[in-house]
Amino acid sequence: MAEVEETLRRIQSQKGVQGIVIVNSEGIPIKTTLDNSSTVQYAGLIHQLVMKARSTVRDIDPQNDLTFLRIRSKKNEIMIAPDKDYFLIVIQNPSD
Amino acid sequence: MEIVHVYTKLRSEFGRQYLFSDRPTELLVDIPPDPSLAMQFITKTPRDQATQACREMSEHQVNTERFESESRGLNHMEGGWPKDVDPNDMEQTIRFRKKVEKDESYMNSILQLGSVMDHYIRQNNAINIYQDYFTEDQDIDEGQEAPSAKTINVFRDPNEVKRTVTCLSWHPDGGRKLAAAYCCLEFQKSSKDLSPDSYIWDIENPNQPELALKPASPLVCLDYNPKDPHTLVGGSYNGQIVYWDTRRGSQPVELSSVEHSHRDPVYKIIWLQSKTGTDAFSASTDGQVLWWDVRKLNEPTERLVLDPGREGNLDRALGAISLEFEATMPTKFMVGTEQGLVVSCNRKAKTPAEKIVCTYDGHHGPIYALHRNPFFPKNFLTVGDWTARIWSEDIRDSSIMWTRYQMSYLTDACWSPVRPSVFFTTKMDGVLDVWDVLFKQNNPTLSLKVCDEALYSLRVQDNGRFVACGSQIGAATLLEICSGLSTLQKNEKSLLAAMFERETKREKILEARQREMRLKERSRSEQSREDDTGRDADGDESPEQLIARAEEDFYSVVEAERKRREERHREKGVCEEKEVKDEAVIPL
Repeated sequence: MAEVEETLRRIQSQKGVQGIVIVNSEGIPIKTTLDNSSTVQYAGLIHQLVMKARSTVRDIDPQNDLTFLRIRSKKNEIMIAPDKDYFLIVIQNPSD
Repeated sequence: MEIVHVYTKLRSEFGRQYLFSDRPTELLVDIPPDPSLAMQFITKTPRDQATQACREMSEHQVNTERFESESRGLNHMEGGWPKDVDPNDMEQTIRFRKKVEKDESYMNSILQLGSVMDHYIRQNNAINIYQDYFTEDQDIDEGQEAPSAKTINVFRDPNEVKRTVTCLSWHPDGGRKLAAAYCCLEFQKSSKDLSPDSYIWDIENPNQPELALKPASPLVCLDYNPKDPHTLVGGSYNGQIVYWDTRRGSQPVELSSVEHSHRDPVYKIIWLQSKTGTDAFSASTDGQVLWWDVRKLNEPTERLVLDPGREGNLDRALGAISLEFEATMPTKFMVGTEQGLVVSCNRKAKTPAEKIVCTYDGHHGPIYALHRNPFFPKNFLTVGDWTARIWSEDIRDSSIMWTRYQMSYLTDACWSPVRPSVFFTTKMDGVLDVWDVLFKQNNPTLSLKVCDEALYSLRVQDNGRFVACGSQIGAATLLEICSGLSTLQKNEKSLLAAMFERETKREKILEARQREMRLKERSRSEQSREDDTGRDADGDESPEQLIARAEEDFYSVVEAERKRREERHREKGVCEEKEVKDEAVIPL
């Protein structure tokens, strides 16, 4: 329990990190550092995107699987680390 | 019912009867193969036969039905919560979350994901992979691409009877909307079922206009108020001025009274710069320029009659077809007339006679467009008959630069608001020309055939990228110009300033020379008149003598030209003949 907190704190303290959301496989945000409405938005939208990305990768090569997903936009970068049951979403503002 | 036709013919007129008979088949010719001939041929093995092992494809082009799309918002709801947990209940959700956090697998996966994420975050912080290293080079590449423009949307008149798009006006705040005035300008062609409506279009939605403006009589021109983007003023076919507020709907808020309005269609109306932001002025072919305050439209605040004799005589007034007003010079304005003169006026003059400052005589026909260069207000562009001309305010006699005579009539023109050397013109054969004076002066830099029918109006959006042009059948096309023609190039302003100065100087020199020659003529004629007062002097020939002299001059010039051409033709050979003949046809 404490290690989880420790990990999240470490990530949060990195340069440029704006927010962290942990979502479970059903799209429910478990832990978040953003406000409620943004969290709900991120959870819902990104969950669908990860499902689509994962199925894409597996369609091309069934042995393959999605390990990481980055969405770089003009204002920031959304990084998603998927797992079997949960995914970790971090929103970071790139270095400059 | 059977339709029967009976005719009689004499048996003797039929002719001889045919006699058919049957006979067996007869072999006419039988040529067996001659093996000796085979000696003259060799069997060729192997033979080359090309094949392609691929699927046979065919290319088809299909024009799909108009795709109608609508924007709708989607309300995002929280989902995925198990049945027993109510998402609105804070306690239950917190309890659920705490339960999940205690789960073993949660902890493991988060620890593992955390380390992975950490790695990528550090990666991001270490190097920015999207950094632009060679920004200098990128700029140079952009300049080489060929000028182009593409159509983004076409807004068609939703009515059955199509009317011409006579005027376009962009929404002043960002240009997301386009107002178009529709009217049938052909004399007495408007039928009873011609709808008087004009529309405001949202540029994203070409299927349906955003708002319909319903005046009593069709609008010939309209303009958005640059200070208040909700209000518009329009001039209609019957001479009235109409004022709308888009927040109040389609019906006009106010209408000017018929007695005090123009007597002819109002061809141009422009908002003025004033403290109250409610002043506008309009021009019409009845020869008047009227100033209005939109809060009180029953009477114009000021009136000017375009009489070149400066007497305010309406009978001799010139009909006005276009107006020009620049916000940076609020007291001056210019009017383009049907007779081909541009009249420059000063609003603040004390007497009406002084209101008309000077006239510029340029075109053979009505001046359909008049626009000052936004970067060089002393130079303005006029369009009329088959040419577009650029003028300098100081030179009265002629324009400083002009295009050659085009194939079809020019109907509208305007400068680009971002590039001082670029202007756009529309023609009656449906072509939109983009001219870049610094790049090419003989021909337009880009010539686009927008539609098959004539284009009547043109307006560039304030960012210089979007151009809207309206056609005769009521289709307003929105085009996007390539970035090369809509971004300011370096040195452009100074180069263009140098060009205008050079041309102005040239014209000035020509003007001075003309004046000199005229003075000399006059002094000479005066002298000879002093010498022999009784007789007809040089400067005072009778009409017949003048005509005879003109004829002589003409024929001698033609002879000389023909002789020159024959010599040239003999030198250059036969292939030039056709060219010479074509050339020779036009002057004769």
